[in-house]
Amino acid sequence: MKFTLSWLKEHLETDEPLDKLADKLTMIGLEVESIEDKAKALAPFSIARVISAEQHPNADRLRVCMVDTGDGGAPVQVVCGAPNARAGLISVFSPPGTYIPGKNITLGVGTIRGVESRGMLCSAAELQISEDHDGIMELPADAPVGKGYAEWASLGDPLIEINLTPNRQDCTGVHGIARDLFAADMGKFIDHAIKPIKGEFPCPVQVKVEDTALCPGFALRLVRGVKNGPSPEWLQKRLTSIGLRPINALVDITNFMTFDRARPLHVFDAKKVKGHLTVRRARDGESLLALDGRTYNLDPSICVIADEHGVESLAGIMGGETSGCDENTTDVLIESALWNEINIAQTGRKLGINSDARYRFERGVDPAFMVPGLEMATQLVLEMCGGTPSENIVVGNRFGEDRLIDFPTSEVKRLAGLEVPVVEMKRILARLGFMVAGSGHVVKVAVPSWRTDVHGKADIVEEVVRIFGVDKVPETPFPRGEDPRRSVLTPMQLRTRRAKRALATRGMVEAVTWSFISKPAAELFGGGQPELVVANPIAADLSDMRPSLLPGLIAAAQGNINRGSSDVALFEVGQIFRGDKPEDQLTAASGVRHGYASNKGLGRHWSGTAAADALDAKADAFAVLAAAGAPMQALQIVSGGAKWLHPGRSGTIQIGPQNVLGYFGELHPRTLEALGADGPLMAFEVILDRIPAGKQRATRAKPVLELSAFQPVSRDFAFIVDRKVKAGDLVRAAQGVDKKVITDVTVFDLYEGKGIDPDKKSLAIAVTIQPREKTMTDQEIDAVGARIVAEVTRKTGGTLRG
Amino acid sequence: MSDLAMLEKTILEQIAAAPDEAALEAVRVATLGKKGSISALLATLGKMSPDERKTQGAAINLAKDKVTEALTARRDILKSAALDARLASETIDVTLPLRDAAAETGRIHPLSQVWEELTTIFADMGFSVAEGPDIETDDYNFTKLNFPEGHPAREMHDTFFFNPKDDGSRMLLRTHTSPVQVRTMLSQKPPIRVICPGRTYRIDSDATHTPQFHQVEGLVIDKESHLGHLKWILHEFCKAFFEVDHINMRFRPSFFPFTEPSLEVDIQCRRDKGEIRFGEGEDWLEILGCGMVHPNVLRACGIDPDVYQGFAWGMGIDRIAMLKYGMSDLRQLFDSDVRWLSHYGFKPLDVPTLAGGLST
Repeated sequence: MKFTLSWLKEHLETDEPLDKLADKLTMIGLEVESIEDKAKALAPFSIARVISAEQHPNADRLRVCMVDTGDGGAPVQVVCGAPNARAGLISVFSPPGTYIPGKNITLGVGTIRGVESRGMLCSAAELQISEDHDGIMELPADAPVGKGYAEWASLGDPLIEINLTPNRQDCTGVHGIARDLFAADMGKFIDHAIKPIKGEFPCPVQVKVEDTALCPGFALRLVRGVKNGPSPEWLQKRLTSIGLRPINALVDITNFMTFDRARPLHVFDAKKVKGHLTVRRARDGESLLALDGRTYNLDPSICVIADEHGVESLAGIMGGETSGCDENTTDVLIESALWNEINIAQTGRKLGINSDARYRFERGVDPAFMVPGLEMATQLVLEMCGGTPSENIVVGNRFGEDRLIDFPTSEVKRLAGLEVPVVEMKRILARLGFMVAGSGHVVKVAVPSWRTDVHGKADIVEEVVRIFGVDKVPETPFPRGEDPRRSVLTPMQLRTRRAKRALATRGMVEAVTWSFISKPAAELFGGGQPELVVANPIAADLSDMRPSLLPGLIAAAQGNINRGSSDVALFEVGQIFRGDKPEDQLTAASGVRHGYASNKGLGRHWSGTAAADALDAKADAFAVLAAAGAPMQALQIVSGGAKWLHPGRSGTIQIGPQNVLGYFGELHPRTLEALGADGPLMAFEVILDRIPAGKQRATRAKPVLELSAFQPVSRDFAFIVDRKVKAGDLVRAAQGVDKKVITDVTVFDLYEGKGIDPDKKSLAIAVTIQPREKTMTDQEIDAVGARIVAEVTRKTGGTLRG
Repeated sequence: MSDLAMLEKTILEQIAAAPDEAALEAVRVATLGKKGSISALLATLGKMSPDERKTQGAAINLAKDKVTEALTARRDILKSAALDARLASETIDVTLPLRDAAAETGRIHPLSQVWEELTTIFADMGFSVAEGPDIETDDYNFTKLNFPEGHPAREMHDTFFFNPKDDGSRMLLRTHTSPVQVRTMLSQKPPIRVICPGRTYRIDSDATHTPQFHQVEGLVIDKESHLGHLKWILHEFCKAFFEVDHINMRFRPSFFPFTEPSLEVDIQCRRDKGEIRFGEGEDWLEILGCGMVHPNVLRACGIDPDVYQGFAWGMGIDRIAMLKYGMSDLRQLFDSDVRWLSHYGFKPLDVPTLAGGLST
C-alpha cells in the first residue's frame, strides 16, 4: 500500500515530522517498507514538447524527434522508439548524463542507426513511477514545458509504502491509515460525514443478484449528462504520485476511492449497457475483453456482471473494455458492491489478475461503507463531470453483522503482561472506532464495521497493546521451572546426532539434499508410489518424495566430481519416505565414497593410496550403527544387498531376516548409468528407526568389571578354504567352539594367489583364549585348538595350512 | 721386563687395537678363554711351590684383572660406537607431509550444527524437542491453526500438495512446523514447553528462498505465560545464539492467523563488508514471528483458552545460521559443494555446549 505524505495529511491534521510518523506506523503494525523522495532522484527530468516526429531514415520502428526542452535554446534531436511519439506531444525529457532509474543506465550522446540522439523521451517505467512502459509519457497540453517533471507532478511529496498485513483491509485506504495514527496520538483525524445525494429520478437499470453468497450487496446509480474528460490536476497528481496513470475523470474517481477509502467501485458507460444488469456465475464458453486489453475465458466458478449482451465486468476484479467509460461517455452507471472474499481470491488467481480491486475485495471491504462510498463517488462525479443523479438501487439486506464482545479488561494483563489503565484502553478503542460501554470488570465492546478482522477478546487485547506500545511490555524472566534436568532429546534425535558426528569423524562431509527427487531416481530406489508424487512440483526433476538419501547423495557426489573434486566422501542423515503416513517417514543415514576416498584417507598419499571399496562402505555403516547404539553382536551380514547395489559386492545388515537395518556395497553399474553418475561408487544406507531400542538401566553405574587373574593366550591358525567361503562363517565356527573361553577371533591375514589353488584362499585367524578358573595347561590349550580346527573344517570344508 | 709384563702389555695393546666387538671377543677368548694365555698361566700355579704361587699368583691375577677391566672398557666404547654408527644410518625424512586426520577433514553441515546450538540453548531453558512428519494433513497444517478457508496459503500458490485421495482429501508438505505444535497440544496436557525444529516446504525459489527450508518453532502453554515472558525468552535466545553481550530487538505488531496478538521481531545490526554485526548499526533485520497462541487454535487442540494461555514463535534455522556464520546464498546450503561445506561446515569434535561456548 502506497500513499504520499500530503495525501495522508488530507485525513490527518498533524505537525509530526515524517520520520516520527513512519516509526509510529511501523510500531503500530503498519510496517513502513520504504520512504521514497522522487524529487531528488528525478531532478534532471524536465517537461518537453515534441515539435516534430519524422520517420527514421534507417529504421522502421524509430522516429527522429525535434524536442523543445523549454530552456530557450535550439530544439534537441532525439531518436525515439515509442509508437506514441508525435508532433505536439508534451512528454518528459532527459538530457545526456542523466541516470535512468528504470533502466539502471546513465544516458550518453548516442548515434542510433546513423542518426545522432542527444537525450531521451521517457516512459513512466523508465522513471520508475509506474509499470507503464507502453510508450513515452503523455502529459496534459498545458503542462509547463521546461519545468522539472518531478516538481510539476508533485513527486516531491514523500512516497510511503507500507507492508500491509492481510488482516488490515481498512488500511488499504489512506483514510484508515490516518485513523490508526490518530489513535496513536499522531494528530487529529479528519473524518467528514458523507452526505447522501438525493436522486432526481429512479434508476432505469434494474439489478438482479442470482447468488447472494457471491454478492451480499450491490448498489447502483445512474448519472445522466456527464461530461467526461481529464480529471482535475489535483486528482491526476494524487494518482501519478502513487504510480497510477490518470485515464479520465470517471475512471480516476474510482481509483481515487480505492486508495483513499479502500472502496473499489466500477463505472459503466450506461449507453453501452443493454437492458438490466444481472450478477451471476459466468457460463462455460463466455469470455470478456477486460480493461487491461486481455481476453479472459470464463467458467461458472467466476462471478460476473452481465447485461443483455453478455458479460460486462469481472465482479470485483476488473471491468470490461466494451462498457468502459471514455471521453464520449455522457451517462454513467456507478457500481458499489460487496463480493465474496474467497471467490474473488480464487477468480483472481485463476485468471492471473492482480488488480487493486481484487486486493481489497479478497481481504473484505467495509460492508457498511458500500452505500456511503457510492454517495461519495457520486458527489465527485457531479463536481468534476456535472450531470443529474438517479436514485440509488440497493440490493441486499444488512451489510455487516454487529459484533459485540464481552471484554474483561484484565485480559490485557493476562495475555500481554502489560498494565494499561482502563481509561487508556477505552480511549484507544474509541479512537479506533470501537464503542465501549460499561464500567465494571467486563465491558462491552462494539466492533466497527471496517474492522472485519476483530472477533474476540484476544483481538481487542491486540488493539490495545499495539497502540499503547508493544515496546512497553516489560520483559519478564521465564524461570525454567522445577523439572529435573534430563535429556530433552528423544532416542531417535540422539541417534541422529551421533550418526552425524560418527561419520564426520571418519572424514566424511555432511550434505543436505532435497527431500524431492526425480521419478526415475525414486523408482530405482523403491519409491515412486502415487501417494508420494508431488502434484505441483517446483521442477519436473523434483517430483517424488525420496525413498532413500542415496539418489541425492549420488547426484551431489557427481556434482563435486564435475567440479574437479573426484575424491569425495559425503554423508547425509535425514528423512526418507515410504508412504504418506507419519509412521512411513523414517530417518536414514547414508553415505557415498568415490575415488581415493577410502578409510585410509582422502586423495593419493605416499603412506598408502587406496580407492574406496565396498568394505569402506561397510565400515561406515558399522560406525553409524555402533554410534547409534545398535547391538553390534547381534548384527548379521548377508551377502548381496538391495537391487541398486552390485550383486557380488554388497551386503545386507540385519537382525534376522525380518529386521533389515541397512545395506552397503558398490553401486550397481545400471544404477549409476540411470543416474548419470561416474563409478565405481561405494554407498551405504542404515535406517536408524530399525535399530532396536536399548534397555533402560535403572542407574547410570556401569556393570561391575570382572578382570581375570589368568593371562589370556593367543593362538594362530591358517586355513585353506574355497574362495566362496565367507570369513564371517569361519570366524563364527571358531568362536562357537567354546564361547566361554574364546573371547576374540580376528582375521589377520587373507591370501589369494601364488602358491595356492586358484579357487582357494588362505584365511588366518588369531584366537584369544581366556582361561577362567585356573591357568590352562598346554594340553588343555592344544585341545581347544584341535576343536577349533575340527569345527572350522566341518563348517567350511577348509584344511589347516601346513 | 718379565714375561708376564710383556704378555700383559701385548694383550692391552691388542685390546686397544680391537676394531669391533668381534675382534675384542677374539682377544678375550685368546687371553681369558679356557685355552687363553692368561688362563694357561693360571693353570701353571698348581705346580708351583707355595711361596712361588703366592708371588706369581698375585701377579697373574693382577694382570687378569687389568685385562678384564680393559676388555670391559673397550667393549663399552665399541658398543657405543657401533650404536652411533647404526643410528647414523637410520634416518627418516621428517618433513614428509602427513595425511590430514579424518576428524579434521570431516564436516558437520552448518544446519546440523545450528540445530544443536539452538537445542542446547532452549534445553537450558527447560524446553524439550518435538518433531513431526513432513507430509501433513490440511487439517493440521491449516485448519487447526485458524487459517480461514480460501486463505491464499492453502492454495497451490504456496503449498506443495499430493494428489487427492479417493475421499477428496489430500496430503501436503507442511509449510511450517506448526503442525508439530498441534500434535503436541493434542497429545500432551499443559504445561507444555517444546521447540519444534524441522524441514518445511514452500513453492519458492530465489537467492533467499528455496523450496525446502528449516524452521524452529517454540510453544509454551500454561496458565500464566504472557508476552513479557515471550520477549524475555527471545531476547535471551538471541544473545546466547549470536554469542553477543547485547542485542537490540524491536518487537512490532504483525499478523499471523495462529497468534493473537501477533508480533514480528527485528534485530539491530550493521552490515560491514558482508559481515553482520549485532547490537550496533542502523539496520533492522527481521528474524522471527511470534505471538500469543490464538484462542481458536487452543480450542481446536482441545485446550480451553479461558483457562490456559501461551505463546509461540517461529524462525528460519537456515536464516539464523546464515546470519550468524556469514553465509550469503541460501541455495548453497543444499548444493553439497565440498568446497563450501569444508569452509562453512564444522569439525566433528566441535560439539556446541553451554559450558564451552556454542561455537568456540
